[in-house]
Amino acid sequence: MTKLDISLTVNGDNYPIKVEARRTLADALRDDCRLTGTHLGCEHGVCGACTVLVDDQPVRACLGFAVQFEGTEIRTVEGLANGDELHPLQQAFWDNHGLQCGFCTPGFLMLALAVLEDNPDIGDEELQRALSSNLCRCTGYQNIVKAVRAAAAAMKK
Amino acid sequence: MAWVGRSLRRFRDPVLLRGEGRFTADLADGAHTVRFVRSPVARGRIIAIETGHPEQTFTATDLAGLKPIRPLLHRPDYVPVDQPILATDRVCYLGEPIAAVIGETPEQAEDLAAGVFVDIEPENAVVDSDQALAPDAAAVHPQAAGNVLIEGKIRTPGVDAAFEAAAEIIEIEIRSHRQSAMPLEARAAHAAFDSASGRVTLTASVQMPHMLRTGLADILGMAEADLRVVAPDVGGAFGQKMSLAPEHAVVVWLARKLRRSMRWIEDRRENLMASFHSRDQHYVVRGAFDADYKLLAIDADLRCNVGAYSCYPVTCGVEPLMAMAEFPGPYDFQEYAVRARGIATNTCPVAPYRGVSRPVITLALERLMDCAAERFAVEPVEIRRRNLIASFPYKTVTGLEYDEGSYRQAIEMAEQAVDLAAFRIRQCEARGDGRYLGIGFSVFCERGGYGTPAFAARAMDITPGFETVEISMDPSGFVAARIGASPHGQGLETSLAQIIADELGMAPERIRIIHGDTDRTPYGWGTFASRSIVISGGASKRAAEKLKAQLCEVAAERLQADAGQITIKDGRAMVQGGDASIALSELARAVYHQSHQFTSRDEPALTARATYDPFGTFSNACHAAIVEVDPETGQIDIERYVVVEDAGRLINPLIVDGQIQGGVAQGIANALFEEIVYDADGNLLTTLLMDYLVPTAAEIPEIEIYHLETTTGASITKAKGIGEGGTIGAPAAVLGAVSDALAPFNTGIFEMPITPERIRALLRDGA
Repeated sequence: MTKLDISLTVNGDNYPIKVEARRTLADALRDDCRLTGTHLGCEHGVCGACTVLVDDQPVRACLGFAVQFEGTEIRTVEGLANGDELHPLQQAFWDNHGLQCGFCTPGFLMLALAVLEDNPDIGDEELQRALSSNLCRCTGYQNIVKAVRAAAAAMKK
Repeated sequence: MAWVGRSLRRFRDPVLLRGEGRFTADLADGAHTVRFVRSPVARGRIIAIETGHPEQTFTATDLAGLKPIRPLLHRPDYVPVDQPILATDRVCYLGEPIAAVIGETPEQAEDLAAGVFVDIEPENAVVDSDQALAPDAAAVHPQAAGNVLIEGKIRTPGVDAAFEAAAEIIEIEIRSHRQSAMPLEARAAHAAFDSASGRVTLTASVQMPHMLRTGLADILGMAEADLRVVAPDVGGAFGQKMSLAPEHAVVVWLARKLRRSMRWIEDRRENLMASFHSRDQHYVVRGAFDADYKLLAIDADLRCNVGAYSCYPVTCGVEPLMAMAEFPGPYDFQEYAVRARGIATNTCPVAPYRGVSRPVITLALERLMDCAAERFAVEPVEIRRRNLIASFPYKTVTGLEYDEGSYRQAIEMAEQAVDLAAFRIRQCEARGDGRYLGIGFSVFCERGGYGTPAFAARAMDITPGFETVEISMDPSGFVAARIGASPHGQGLETSLAQIIADELGMAPERIRIIHGDTDRTPYGWGTFASRSIVISGGASKRAAEKLKAQLCEVAAERLQADAGQITIKDGRAMVQGGDASIALSELARAVYHQSHQFTSRDEPALTARATYDPFGTFSNACHAAIVEVDPETGQIDIERYVVVEDAGRLINPLIVDGQIQGGVAQGIANALFEEIVYDADGNLLTTLLMDYLVPTAAEIPEIEIYHLETTTGASITKAKGIGEGGTIGAPAAVLGAVSDALAPFNTGIFEMPITPERIRALLRDGA
């Protein structure tokens, strides 16, 4: 199948890549850009492990083709920390044991980032509903919710 | 201050949080992709396999030199069945691998796989255990007429007399529908061939790397030294990644044959269809009670649908034999009759999933207690209190010895936490308003940390159980502990370091736990059965004690004192009652670099090795759930969920609570949501996460956790296993609560998951 030359902007960096039209954004990020922090848990848009931000909106990277994302600003988990300094969300997940195996974690971090950027004062019920977009199999969610709540407070400072 | 008992944050987390974790698929760059062509039917004869790309397609004929997977129990009631690596002349379950194709990219491999045509003559499939046990049922395997692959029986001499003497006999029927452990990372394997050495490194998302190496070397007829198995970051496993799968053998075989790297990254559809399933069980249980509602005897028929093949290494005996041996749970009774069968069907093979049979055992016992409480018109808590084991050690009717526990204290603490008396008033008032609240209690004990003595009782060909830890202090003064256990998210890098740190008087940050690599770790059994903190933790403590003795020896020599006078604290060895001391880092460097100065040591090294192989411990817990059920829609809301847990000494409370919370979430999932569904022909109806309903943050309530810490002599760290308890206890608590809520409708709940649809059906039938 023909490969197309495209260019993706991920975490502010430009990635010129050659992909088939059918290559998903998630596969392009992982295999072509070598940004393997974005994980694939179901490849049919349910689990949310592949959540990335596209122009500030949370997107399932398994449900779109890479060629559709030229000209957008993509953010992935690799762009969260500032050098050695963890992002407040990452720090809060660490402090609150918001992860166990860590496979769903990048998707949850990106989802939570979008939620908090959109509404820093989000209420408990609304937050729980928003976080129910993604699946975690290890934590039982309690510590994820707690971590995002703690990060919301830290991000306001 | 001791490191054990502190809620240290986990050392591995920053890496995972940065997206820098290394899961198998992240390490497979540049490899060819393997894609499996799988059986589209549950049972049939293979007539032909046609492909347009024979050089890229591999079938059973190509694998002729490989041995089949042959899980063995040395018991007369076990029927061994070989599983071919790729199907030969017949297929036995939907999703069974028939051919492997390789492509340069995943997309190309999928295209090639779609182009392989398998001509199969379908046959009538045997799908559920009732069907398989019917007198005229077709045999799934010719050597197992009647479809029973394993049958365990126990009958104590007084069981009939106990039933005759009983004031009340309660009989219940429990159905647990089939589940998937559904780790968020599906299975994955990457086999890299090194042409210089001829070795293959298999990097795979697995729980038992050493066992896998042995099993694969046997199948492929190769030296274990020529195969390295690495379990990198593993994205959840919960038992599903314990067993050797045919796919692992194919990937390694292809890497050796084609002398290049191969990757197989399972997709979710394959995972739900052809990875292992669990807990497809049907029990009929009778309990005999005296007039004071004391349980006298149990008579149980335990049927486990084990799918088409036995799993390696634990075999299809794992569910029925565990159910048979551990059925008595936390209750005191001494007459027991049981028949436990593992039944073959044309469905995906069954393997352990967190708790194995115990969620169903607990459901059965606790529902029995609830029904008896109703018959005797006493509180469910009261009948449990009457029957719970109160003195230890206690020997069960099946010969298990329970170490010290707090069975009664746990339920009493749970009763207080939920304020049962106040709840009953609220429940009564709510019913007046047409609202249906219910409470359920679930008491159980969790066997954990059991070594070879316990597994030997099952007559396994491969008897797992011990753990070995090799520990060393290098010239930098840092410590490395190499363990045979293989964590996948339980934080052993941190909790084992805490145990070692206390022994060595140094900070856990200076201790590295090396795991998941057969080249770098001693032979061990990986992670399953709530064993790691007990067994690997015990071995870590023992190894650290030996290393400490060495450090005291060399410190004594250097500080001109007796070894008995040396204490080690905060990274320094010092003479008690004196001023002389030396930093461990300085001491370690001297041992390696000034070895001529030490006469007390035979070798210029600080290294020790220890093994621990315990009989096992029993942690215990009581869960209490309060639910509200809407009889109009069948919807269930969990209003409150309380766990009182006794896991002995807590090494890292943060991690322990995380295990409980996650375990309970999986138990609630079992109780309310998740079900693998086949149709009558053995076609799978739940192939997506839109059909197989994994709960989200919106469905899982906050879990309130209370701890008891009974000290046990059965574990050298005093810690007990905790990994499975949440999952074990939750179904009984939730179903008990739903039954209690629906008591006015005279309907009991004995089936899981209890979905809104099933509740509506029960209420319609009841009406």
